[in-house]
Formats: sequence, C-alpha cells, structure tokens
Amino acid sequence: MPASLLNEIMELTGEHVVLVAVALAAASFIGIPTGIWLTRKEAWRGVVLGFTNVVQTIPSLALFGFLIPLPFIGGIGKRTAIVALVLYALLPILRNTLTGVLGVDPAVVESAVAMGMTDRQRLFKVELPLAAPTILAGLRVATVTTIGTATVAAAIGGGGLGVFIFRGLASVDASQILAGAVPAALLALAADGGLGWIERRVARL
Amino acid sequence: MDPVIAFRDVSYNIRGKEVLRHLDLEVAAGETLVLLGRSGSGKTTALKMVNALLTPTSGEVFVEGKPTREWDPILLRRRIGYVIQESGLFPHFTVARNVAVVPELEGWERSRITARVDELLSRLGLPPEEFRSRTPRELSGGQRQRVGVARALAAEPSLLLMDEPFGALDPVTRRDLQRQFMTLRKTWTKTSLFVTHDVREALALASRIALLHEGRLAIVAPPRDFLAAKNEEARFFLAALDDLPEA
Repeated sequence: MPASLLNEIMELTGEHVVLVAVALAAASFIGIPTGIWLTRKEAWRGVVLGFTNVVQTIPSLALFGFLIPLPFIGGIGKRTAIVALVLYALLPILRNTLTGVLGVDPAVVESAVAMGMTDRQRLFKVELPLAAPTILAGLRVATVTTIGTATVAAAIGGGGLGVFIFRGLASVDASQILAGAVPAALLALAADGGLGWIERRVARL
Repeated sequence: MDPVIAFRDVSYNIRGKEVLRHLDLEVAAGETLVLLGRSGSGKTTALKMVNALLTPTSGEVFVEGKPTREWDPILLRRRIGYVIQESGLFPHFTVARNVAVVPELEGWERSRITARVDELLSRLGLPPEEFRSRTPRELSGGQRQRVGVARALAAEPSLLLMDEPFGALDPVTRRDLQRQFMTLRKTWTKTSLFVTHDVREALALASRIALLHEGRLAIVAPPRDFLAAKNEEARFFLAALDDLPEA
C-alpha cells in the first residue's frame, strides 16, 4: 500500500470519527433528557416517538438531499451531515432511555417515593443508575449505525471514509471502495465491542 | 389523646370503581392496627393514603392532626417508615446503603449513620460485618424483608406502614419475622398500620383489627373480640382457622 493512501486513510478515518462523535454527543444531549422528560409526560410519548420513527424510515441519501435546501442547518458540508446523523441517532437513544427508566421495578420506584425522595433524587439516585445498561445499549446501537450512515455524508461534502467509497464508485475502483469500507467496518466493530464491554460492566454493578 | 392517624369519611374511586367507601377509622399512638381483608378490599389503598402515595377522592386523612393534603409530601414520607411485600430494596445499593437511605436524605452525619445501620442490622438478626456490604441479590427472601424493615426504621419514624411485609415468605420464615416484629414492638413506642390478608397474622400482631370488605369497614375490634365477632365477613376469615387437617 502506498504511503499516500495510508495517510489518506488515517486522515479520513479521523474525520469520520469526529463526524460520528459530534453527532452522537449532540444526539445524546438531546435524546437522553427528552427520553427522561417523556417518562413523566405520557401524553407526548406517541408524538415524539412517532416523529423519530418517521425520520428513521427516510433513506439516508434522501434525508441528506432534503436537508440541503433548508436555511441555517442546510447547505453542502459537515454541518448538514451532522444534522442528518443526529436525527438518525436520536431514535435508539431516546427510546432506550424511555424504556430503561420505565422498566425500573415499580416496587423500587414506589419505595423511592415512599421514602421521601424528591423527583430529582429518585431520578439520579434510583432510576438513571438502574436504567444505565439499557441507555448504554441504545447508545451502542446508535454508534454502530451512525458509523455506517456517516459514509453517506461524503455525498454532500461531509467528508469521512465515504469519500473513498464514492470515489471508488465513480471510477469503478474496488480497492478505493475497500479503503473506505474496511476501516468503517473495523470502527463499527471496535465501537460495538468497546461499548458492549462498558455496558456489561455497568450492568454488573 | 389525639389519634396519630384518622380517616374521616374517606372514599376512593378509580376508573368508576369504588375501592374505598366512607371509611372512618382512627389509629391511636403506640397501637398496631391491622387492616385485614381479601384482595381488592381496599386495605392497601387506605394504607397508601397515609403517606400520600394516594389522595382520597373525598374525605380527609389526618396524620398527627393535619390533613395529608396540607403536609409537604416529602416531609410527611420521611417521617413514616414503609415496608412492602416485594421489599423494594434498591438493587444497586449495598445492604448498608439501603438502610441508610432516609438518614442520608435527612443529612445525618456519616458516623451516626454507620452506627445506626449496624445497630439495626444486629437487632434484626443480620450480623453487620457479614451483611453490610452485600447487595440485595445476595440475600434470601427473609433477609431482604429484614433489611426492608431495618430501612423503614432507620430514621426513627414514629409511624410505620407495613403492606403485607411477610406475605411472600415461606411459613417458617414468616413466623420467625412475625416473632421478631413482636419483640421489636415491645421496645418501641411506634404506631403501626399493618396490612394483611392472613387472619392468623392479624390475630398475633394486632392491638386492634379493622376488617375491610369491598371497600367498607366491616368491623374494628381487638383480637379477643374479633374471635367472637358475629359479622359475616369476620366469620368467613375465622373459618380459615378451622381448616387445618385432623392430626
């Protein structure tokens, strides 16, 4: 493998990781609090989950296309790509936060209330620690799918490993496609393994 | 003396069903009042109104002379010990941290909490050095209920609510815990409200038994009078005592 290719792989892998990390950070920042809020607002659950579900069904290439003409968030480049990736990552994070918190043993929640915990104490001392493995599982699913979806971001100038794939497609060059696909797959496997390990550690507590 | 708990014409409806109908009942300081009844008789509903987990549809529940609606629910609950059938222990806390929950919420000093936890664990037959750092998962059903009782007593509440605390235990362990409860009771001045469907348990533990039937109070009587009660529902429960096979 020529050194220049290796350098480019390293560079685009780095770009890919940043794209995924920023998107996941934003999705967690929005998804976890929204998920918690939904555990307290039953009436809103259908609407919010419905919206995130619908987003999930839009093909990624089409979603990138839809976002381009929008003011502020749209246009060609990384910002649009990140917005789309956040929208995709939202559903697993939000849904798992909701089911994780709602899945805490009702007897345990009742005890927390009956012992005079405030809503906030109940959330931070009891519900979130017990829901943590489920929330982390959602984060893991979101990470793995985002690593895959982020390859499409190159189509709208988002950069990342997708650059190789689109270049390879255009020039019918399988080695270029592999130069993008293999590191992306390895990243996904590493993220899955690493987050899975953390998840098991947390579940054992 | 004023009653510690007073139900005044309390009704509770949920989804068109009358769970509790015009309940009038008083619990005096220091007594163990047992709410006896079949499933769905309204006994747990009545209990949960005392620590404001439920609010009456009509009528008023008074705790220490003040309607529960006027209490700050957080303050009210921290003054009341609460034990439930499934123990409701926090699975991610050790035994010691579980017992320490309310003292910690109340901001007790570390050393005072540790001493209190050890004292309670010993009193409930769980040697602290052996049990302090275990998790609820590493306990038997009986041990879990003991920890549940210790947790309810931790912040020295003057009032104790127990909702079938020994209901899920095998008969031998249950008897054991009932005995322990009676021993504890001799040394304290707490008022307790105790829910059960087991007439034996009611007769053994109660200073008075309040029998609920379909949301209504059928009879309130000390165990001795309860045994002689003519009330149909009381007779139904007492008949269970005769069901033992011939030796």
